[in-house]
Amino acid sequence: MKPAAFDYVRAEGATEALEVLHAEGANARVLAGGQSLLPMLNMRLARPAVLVDIMAVTEWRRVDDDGSHLRIGAAVRQVEIEQRADLARRQPLLAAALPWVGHAQTRSRGTVCGSVAHADPSAELPLVLVALDGRVHLRSRRRARQVPATGFFTGMMATARADDEIIEAVSLPCAKPGTGYAFREVSRRHGDFAIIACAAVVGERGARLAVGGVADRPVTRDLPAPGSPGLPDALNQFAWDLDARDDLHATARYRREMVRRIGREVIEEAQRCRA
Amino acid sequence: MSTSAPPTWVGRSLPRVEDAALLTGRGRYIDDLGAPPGTLHAAILRSPHAHASVESIDTARARELPGVAAVLTGADIQKLTTSLVVGVKAPVECWPIGVGRVRYVGEPVALVLARDRYRAEDALDLIEVGYRPLPAVVDPRVALDGGSPVLHEGLGGNLASDRSFRYGDPERAFAEAAHRIAIEIEYPRSACTPIETYGVVAEYDPGIDAYDVLANFQGPFSLHAVIARALKVPGNRLRLRTPPESGGSFGIKQAVFPYIVLMGAAARATGRPVKWIEDRLEHLAASACATNRFTRLEAGVTNEGRITALAWDQVEDCGAHLRAPEPATLYRMHGNMTGAYDIRHVSIRNRVVLTNKMPTGLNRGFGGPQVYFALERLVQRIARTLSLDPLDVIRRNLVPADAFPYRTATGALLDSGDYPTTMAKALDQGGLAELRRKRDAARAAGRLYGIGYAAVVEPSVSNMGYITTVLTAAERRKAGPKNGAQATATINLDAVGSVSVHVASVPQGQGHRTVLAQVVADALGLRPQDIRVITDMDTAKDAWSIASGNYSSRFAPAVAGAAHLAATRLRERLARIAAAQLNVPAEEVLFEGGKVRAKANPDNALSFSRLAAASHWAPGTLPADTQNAIRETIFWTPPELTAPTDADEVNSSLCHGFIFDICAVEVDRTTAEVKIDRYVTMHDCGRILHPGMVAGQVTGGFAQALGAATLEEHAYAADGSFLTGTLADYLIPTVMEVPEPLVLHHETPSPFTPLGAKGVGEGNCMSTPVCIANAVADALDLDDISLPLLPARLAEHLHGPEPAPKTRPTALAAAPAKTGERRLFGEGQATVAAPAARIWAMLLDPNTLLAVVPGAHGIEKISDTQFRADVTLGIGPVKGRYRAEISLSDLDPPRAVTLTGGADGVLGFGRGRGHVTLREEGPDRTVIAYRYEAAIGGKVASIGGRLLDGAARVIIGQFFQALAAQAGGRRRGVGAWLRRLLGRP
Repeated sequence: MKPAAFDYVRAEGATEALEVLHAEGANARVLAGGQSLLPMLNMRLARPAVLVDIMAVTEWRRVDDDGSHLRIGAAVRQVEIEQRADLARRQPLLAAALPWVGHAQTRSRGTVCGSVAHADPSAELPLVLVALDGRVHLRSRRRARQVPATGFFTGMMATARADDEIIEAVSLPCAKPGTGYAFREVSRRHGDFAIIACAAVVGERGARLAVGGVADRPVTRDLPAPGSPGLPDALNQFAWDLDARDDLHATARYRREMVRRIGREVIEEAQRCRA
Repeated sequence: MSTSAPPTWVGRSLPRVEDAALLTGRGRYIDDLGAPPGTLHAAILRSPHAHASVESIDTARARELPGVAAVLTGADIQKLTTSLVVGVKAPVECWPIGVGRVRYVGEPVALVLARDRYRAEDALDLIEVGYRPLPAVVDPRVALDGGSPVLHEGLGGNLASDRSFRYGDPERAFAEAAHRIAIEIEYPRSACTPIETYGVVAEYDPGIDAYDVLANFQGPFSLHAVIARALKVPGNRLRLRTPPESGGSFGIKQAVFPYIVLMGAAARATGRPVKWIEDRLEHLAASACATNRFTRLEAGVTNEGRITALAWDQVEDCGAHLRAPEPATLYRMHGNMTGAYDIRHVSIRNRVVLTNKMPTGLNRGFGGPQVYFALERLVQRIARTLSLDPLDVIRRNLVPADAFPYRTATGALLDSGDYPTTMAKALDQGGLAELRRKRDAARAAGRLYGIGYAAVVEPSVSNMGYITTVLTAAERRKAGPKNGAQATATINLDAVGSVSVHVASVPQGQGHRTVLAQVVADALGLRPQDIRVITDMDTAKDAWSIASGNYSSRFAPAVAGAAHLAATRLRERLARIAAAQLNVPAEEVLFEGGKVRAKANPDNALSFSRLAAASHWAPGTLPADTQNAIRETIFWTPPELTAPTDADEVNSSLCHGFIFDICAVEVDRTTAEVKIDRYVTMHDCGRILHPGMVAGQVTGGFAQALGAATLEEHAYAADGSFLTGTLADYLIPTVMEVPEPLVLHHETPSPFTPLGAKGVGEGNCMSTPVCIANAVADALDLDDISLPLLPARLAEHLHGPEPAPKTRPTALAAAPAKTGERRLFGEGQATVAAPAARIWAMLLDPNTLLAVVPGAHGIEKISDTQFRADVTLGIGPVKGRYRAEISLSDLDPPRAVTLTGGADGVLGFGRGRGHVTLREEGPDRTVIAYRYEAAIGGKVASIGGRLLDGAARVIIGQFFQALAAQAGGRRRGVGAWLRRLLGRP
C-alpha cells in the first residue's frame, strides 16, 4: 500500500493551480482533503503524475452567504461548514446530512468540493447539492462556467468537469420559508457508504426526493405532495427507475424497499418541518 | 503496625504496567525496532485468480528497476526450502508461495526485494505472469462432488480427512427417542483483524547455516519445528525472536509462519537481511481466518426436551491448503461436542475439505463459534418444535452441579462449575423478568422484540495431543502419543536482590506483565512494582516448549500458574537460607512487605533484597543442604491432559469455564436493522486474577463476536473472487455499534490449575454470535437464521410481496446474480443515424474499434473476428492498463453479433460477453441494442467491488456511445476520442 511516484505541487494561488491543470490535464488530480484520493493512491488504483494541493489557495478558502445562497470554496473543509453556528437555520438539509459524511476524522480533512468532484454515488454532499438544485462553479485557465448540480453528475465517479477544470466552489440555496427539509440514511455502520440516502425538500409546489447510494449517481425526482394518493405509486416507480443492484451489503429489492419506505418517511418529516 | 496490607495482589484491578508506554506511543512493535544495515524490503506479488496454473513469470523488467536487489519466484523458494508439513497423511505439499499453481486470491506468486517498500511495489507492477485460469470451487459441499475442480491431485479429490466417531450407543438412543430434531448451519468465515499486521525481519548466517528471525508470531511454538524443517535446518539453527509488543493477534498471528519461511529463504537467497511488513490489503486477503463450516446436527429428544443423543455431521472448509495446525479448528472442540449438557450418546462425522479460498488458522474462539452456533440453535429449535421454553430445555440438559469433575461422552473432563446456579444467577441479576415484560409490551405495540440465550462451556489450555484425534488409533500408535501442554516460567534474582520474571507467553496487549507481577509479588511478599516481567521471546536463550505462546486462553490458568509455582519454589529455597540466619525452622519464615521474618517475632527479620542477593555474594554462607536461590525455571504440564484413547475420547482442554448469555434485541420494521437492547454475559472462569482485565477480555470478545454476528464475512464470489478486500467491505464493529454488555461472574476455581484460574478470553466469541441470532430469530419468529445478520436478508421476512412498477425500466436485466457474486450485467440501446450495414462493417474494422473501444492504444487484428488491444480503462481517477482480447461470434450480418472479450492488467481481470442487435428503423436510422454480462476479478473486485457495477456501465456505455457517434459520422478523430476518454494526448 505504497503509492506510485508522483509530483506534488502546492499551489500558492488559483492561477498556479489552473496552470498545472491546463498543462497536465487528466494526468493531474486536485488534492483537496485527500480522504478518497489518498487511499486510492496507496492502493495504486489511481496513478496521477501530479497532485495539485489547493489547500493553501486563500481565495478558495472562502464561504460566502449572500442571503440567498451559500457559496463554498474549493478548499473549505467539511468540518468548517458543519461547525457554522447558523447552519441548521441557513440550510437545514446540509446540516442534517453533514454528520453522515464519513467520520469526524475524515470531515476534519475532507472538503465539500472534493466530495463533489469525487462523485461517489453514495456520497451525501452531491446528494444534497442535487436535492437543493445547487450549482457547481468550474474554472479553467480558459474560462469559468456554472453547471447545475442535476446535470453535473454523469455516472459512477463521473462528472461534467473537464480535465483542465477545477471545482472552484459549489453554491446552494439557503432555506426558504415554508419549505421543509429532511435527510435520512441507511448504512451498515455509522459512517459507511450509504446503502441508501434520502433527502427531501417539501414546499408549496410539492415534494422533491433525492436518492443516493442506489443508482450510479444521486437522482432527484419531483413527487406528489405528502398525503396525496399518488405518492406511493410515484415512489414505487421512482424506486424501480433507479435500477438498484445487488451487492455485498444489500440487495436490489432492499434498496427499492428503502426508497419506498424511507423515501416516504423523509417526505413526511420534511412536511412536518415546514411549520 | 495497624496498616493492614492487602491479603493478596492477585484479584485486584491494578493499573497495567504496559499502558504507560502503549498510551503514549512508546510501545516497541516490530516496525518500530529498526532493521539491520543493508536490509532489503520485501513486497509480494499475489494471485488475482482463485485457481490458475502459472505458465510463465517474466521478472526481467522488475529486476532491471534501480534499487531492486532480487525477484524470487516459487521455483527459487523451492530450491531453498521443503514443503511445510501437512496435518493429514496424504501426498500433498504446502508451500509458502505458489509453485506452478495458485489456489486462492492473494496467494504469493513472486517476491521483490528492494531498497525500500515503495521501490519494491513499483517492481511488482513490472512482473508479468502468464496465468491459465482453472475452474474454482468455493463451497465446501460442492467441493466434495466428484465433478468439482480438484485443488491437490495428491488427495484424489478435495476431501483431506474423513473420520467418524461413536460414543455411547447413539443408534439405540435415536431409535428410542420420542423426537428427532435436526438443524443445518452454514457458518461463515470471519477473522479477528488485529490493528497491527504481520511483520518479519529475517537474517541468514551462511557461516553457521543458521536463521535469525524476528517476527510478531504468537505461537504455538510447536510451529517452530515446522518452520525449521521447512528451512532445512535443525531447531537450534532457527533463532526465532518476538518483539516486546505485538498489536493484537487473537490467534491470527499464528499464521505468520509461512511468511517466516518465505522471508528466511529470501534472506538466504539475497545474502541480506529481509524485512516485510504486511499491509492491510494483504492481511485481509491472505493472512488467515476462521474456517467456514457446514453442519448438520440432529438430536434425539424426549417429550420434555431432554436430549438423549446427538449426531454431528461437520464439513470443515480449511481453504486452499491444509496449513499447520489445521484441521485443529475442527478438533479443538472434540471433547466438548455436548457443550454444557449431559448427553451420553454421540456420533460425529468430521470431513475436512479444501476450496479455493484463503487457508484458515487460529482465530479467537477457535472452533467454538461453529460448534455452539449449531448446538445452541438446535436447543432453540427443540424448544420451538416442542413448544417449550428454551430455558427449560437448557435447564433439563445441563450437567448437574454434583457431577464435577464430569467426563463428557467424547472425553473432556469438565473441571468444575455449578451450571444451574450460575444460570439462575444470570437470569436474576440480568433482569430477565424485566426483559420479558418489555418484550410483551413491544409485541403488543406491534414491534419486533426478541430474547435469546446461549449456554456455553469455554475450553482453555489446549491439549497438544488433541489434533491427533484426526488420526485413527492405529495411526496414532504408529506416530507415538502426543499430549500435555508445557507451560514455563523463569524467576531470576539478581545481585541486588531484585526480581525478574520471564515467560514464553508472547502477549499482544493482554497485560501479562501486570498479572505476573501480582502473582510473583504475592509469592515473595513484595510489591508488584518490585517485579520486572519480560515477555518477549528468544528461542535461542529462553525456556520454552511446543505449547509456548498465546492461544487457547492459556495465560491465566497455565502461564500465571507456572509463574506462581516457580516463585513458590524459589521462596521455599529462600526460606531455608533465611531459616539459618533467623534461627527458626524454614516453615516459620514469612515473606511480607519486602521483609523476610520469623512468624512469631516481627523484629527477627531480614530485608528481602539482602536475602535474595546472598546466593550471589556469599554462597559460602548458604546452609550445606540448600541449593542457591538465583534462578528458578519451571515447566508445568497438567496430568489431566492425556493422549486420545483408543476409543477416540480426548480431554481436548484442561479447563472449562461456563457462560450463560442473554440477549434482548429489537428489529426495526422498516430497515430490519438489529438493535441490541441488553446483553448479559455471565461467566464462571474460575478464580479471577485481575477483574479489570477479565472485563476487558469479555468486552473485547463480545465486540468481536458482535462483529461476526452482524457485520463480518470474508466473502467470495462463486468464481473465487475475493470480495472483502478493504475495511470498507469487510466491516468490523466500531464503538458506535457495540453496546456495553452487563458482565456477571460466578467463581468456581479450577482444581486442576495452580491458581484456580481458567481461561476467559474466547468464550464470548463462542456464545455471543448464537445468542444474538437466537434473539433475532425470536423477534422475527424464524426457524432458520444465518450469519452475518444482514438487514437486507432479514428484511425478506418483513417486507411482504413487492409492488410492481407501472413501467419497467429498460435497463433492468433478467435475474440478478446472488448477493455478493461479482457478476455484472446490463443492457441498453442507442439510436444511430446510419444504416445497419455500415455499423456492421464498423464492428469488424480494427480502425473503428480503435476509435470506439474505450481507451484503446492500438488494435491488432488476429483474424477477421479476433482482435487484440492495449487499453486504458477506468473511471474517475481509477485507471489501469489492460491487455484485451475481443472476438466476434454468432455473426448474423447485419443483424446480430456476440462480442466476447477479456482483459488482464495490474488491477485485475475481466471476462464478458455482449450480445448486440441492430434494428433498422428507417433508411438512415438504426437502433443498436446490447445486453452484456461480465465477471470481474482480481484487485478491483477485491477492493473496489462497490464501484464495479457502475464502472462497467460507464465503460460499456462509452463503447456504445462511441460506436453510435462513429457510425453517425460525427467528425471526431481517433485522437479526439482518446482525449475525451482518457484526457491524454
